[in-house]
Amino acid sequence: MAEAATAIRRGRPNEAASEAVRFVGVTKRFGDVVAVDGVDLEIRAGEFFSMLGPSGSGKTTCLRMIAGFERPTQGRILLGGRDVSGLPPFERDVNTVFQDYALFPHMTVADNVGYGLMVRKIPKAIRRDRVAEALDIVRLRGFEDRRPAQLSGGQRQRVALARALVLRPSVLLLDEPLGALDLKLRQAMQVELKEIQQRVGLTFVYVTHDQEEALAMSDRLAVFNHGRVEQVGAPAEVYERPATGFVAGFVGVSNVLEGEAARAVTGSPRAVTIRPEKIHLELDLDAPVDPAHHHATGTVTKVVYLGAVTRYTVALEAGGELVVMQQNLRTSSMEALQVRGRRVRLVWDRQHSRPVEPGDDPGTVGSDDPGKGGR
Amino acid sequence: MVVSEAPPRAASGPGRRVGAVLFRHPALRLALMLLPAVLWLGGLYIGSLGILLTYSLYRLQEFTGLVVRDVGLSTYALLWQPANREIVVRTVAMAASVTVACAVLAFPVAYYMARYATLRMRTLLYLVVIMPLWSSYLVRSIAWRAILAGEGLLPWVLDRLGLDGLLRLALQAPLVGGPSLVQSKLSLFIVFTYLWLPFMILPVHAALERVPGSLLEASADMGARPRTTFRRVVLPLAKPGVVAGSIFTFSLTLGDFILPQIFGTSEFFLGQMVYTQVGVAGNLPLGAAFTFVAMAIMLVYLGAARRAGAFEAL
Repeated sequence: MAEAATAIRRGRPNEAASEAVRFVGVTKRFGDVVAVDGVDLEIRAGEFFSMLGPSGSGKTTCLRMIAGFERPTQGRILLGGRDVSGLPPFERDVNTVFQDYALFPHMTVADNVGYGLMVRKIPKAIRRDRVAEALDIVRLRGFEDRRPAQLSGGQRQRVALARALVLRPSVLLLDEPLGALDLKLRQAMQVELKEIQQRVGLTFVYVTHDQEEALAMSDRLAVFNHGRVEQVGAPAEVYERPATGFVAGFVGVSNVLEGEAARAVTGSPRAVTIRPEKIHLELDLDAPVDPAHHHATGTVTKVVYLGAVTRYTVALEAGGELVVMQQNLRTSSMEALQVRGRRVRLVWDRQHSRPVEPGDDPGTVGSDDPGKGGR
Repeated sequence: MVVSEAPPRAASGPGRRVGAVLFRHPALRLALMLLPAVLWLGGLYIGSLGILLTYSLYRLQEFTGLVVRDVGLSTYALLWQPANREIVVRTVAMAASVTVACAVLAFPVAYYMARYATLRMRTLLYLVVIMPLWSSYLVRSIAWRAILAGEGLLPWVLDRLGLDGLLRLALQAPLVGGPSLVQSKLSLFIVFTYLWLPFMILPVHAALERVPGSLLEASADMGARPRTTFRRVVLPLAKPGVVAGSIFTFSLTLGDFILPQIFGTSEFFLGQMVYTQVGVAGNLPLGAAFTFVAMAIMLVYLGAARRAGAFEAL
């Protein structure tokens, strides 16, 4: 398997500066709808880059423009420094793993994986070897003669991946490839995809609406909203220092204090966001407060016990609302639930009050669901 | 304490009793439901086929014109006569060429409907395709006579375009030609193709509609030019639909006995032969034998179609 990976691996770029994909002022309109609105983006060679955003945010359209299925209305797209904006998909050195896998139902697994090689008129013997190599990487040897209909969802996903890897593209595009899998399989495939990406050293551009997936897998990620890129950065950067209220809310839980509420806590009306796990919840309202800390009092309105952690929603007396995540170090579910309705004090280090551009609030997309929050 | 009254029991009439019996015996229920159809198909259809088979084994006494009820294969031996063999070959050739023409004409329409047409456009096209089937096939055939006749629309248009020489050339050609357009196999072919086209468009469209667009994108993504995508992805996936449609076009042409009387040369076709032998010549055994020729051809065709996956597309 290791040799197979090396065979597909491309020479890793020596310079960090070498870019795989660049968007230059790209806008895409469908009729009156602006799907992508002036996006500038640079994706470095060899990195695992995620495009994260809610549905309709333009991330998939961006991916499809890299693949060549859509043409930008304005702007240019460069692949490895070359303008490909006008090239059809079959003349671009990129391959796609489709959301629905798009496996050819009338072909075997081997024919599916070997399709691109067959189109390029690679001799049969070489084709067979390279198909075997690619199937090795996704651990599907022995399935060559099956039809897609005879495979499970996870296996189909692997075939789709092998089919895209076998052509050794400069960039591999993945359009929510794990969306159709169940939670356990999805988590296993996240680890495996990341591993494969590191082994083959290809540039992966990964579209997802799942913030945890993006945080877990990416070297860098771009957060999309309304066709624009709100922030680009490493996962920790985007999570710890969200640039806008939208990013704060979409990547994590929306904990934004604005206006009067912000002034009451920080002394300035500038909007700030605080990550819920940075906040400490205290039942003793009279304990002295360290001047290096911000604090606020409020009433616990909601308690969600998630096993490892408990999520408290606290309505502040200064206005606004904060979500607090506490590890259940000594708390049981009973004790956690008893806090509901009580007045509490929230305390956190000043440095965790991050100023943000007030943006539209995405709510708590992707993390309001206890099942997802527990991951 | 007041004892509440029991809810009124369901009235027990004869209808209810039957209902109760049926409720308790699902097999009986099923048998009753299927009985009319089974009687119709089994009794009338299979039964009459049996009678036909029996007659095909009898023979006609040539001098008296009476049917001799001796079981044998002498009538089938008559089929091997050159004139009769020619009828079979001619009919199969016509059915095959009509089928090919229908497939070629239907594919672009079906492809457009499945892939490009808006919902409105698709509904409209559906209507256009199906509407002719609502009117009598005889009326439409006669209408075509008006188009193809010597003073008809098509010769007139060709004449105006200065293409009448082309028409004359076609009529002089062997096999398809004839004394006039109406009296040529060409017109028979044209009208057959027109009549059965909807039966090809609909199944091909159904097959194409089930091909997700992402498959075509995936093919292009892996470097295939549109032509390769068409040949390697679209065509194989549409094949079951084409084969399903061809069952209609082929069998309908094979059995038709009216159109060859309106168009074409004096040469006979299979269905026409059955009609003439049974209805005019009173040679029931030969007519029955010809029927079984048509059925045998269709059975072979259906077997081939099944192997091509046509029945998964229906």
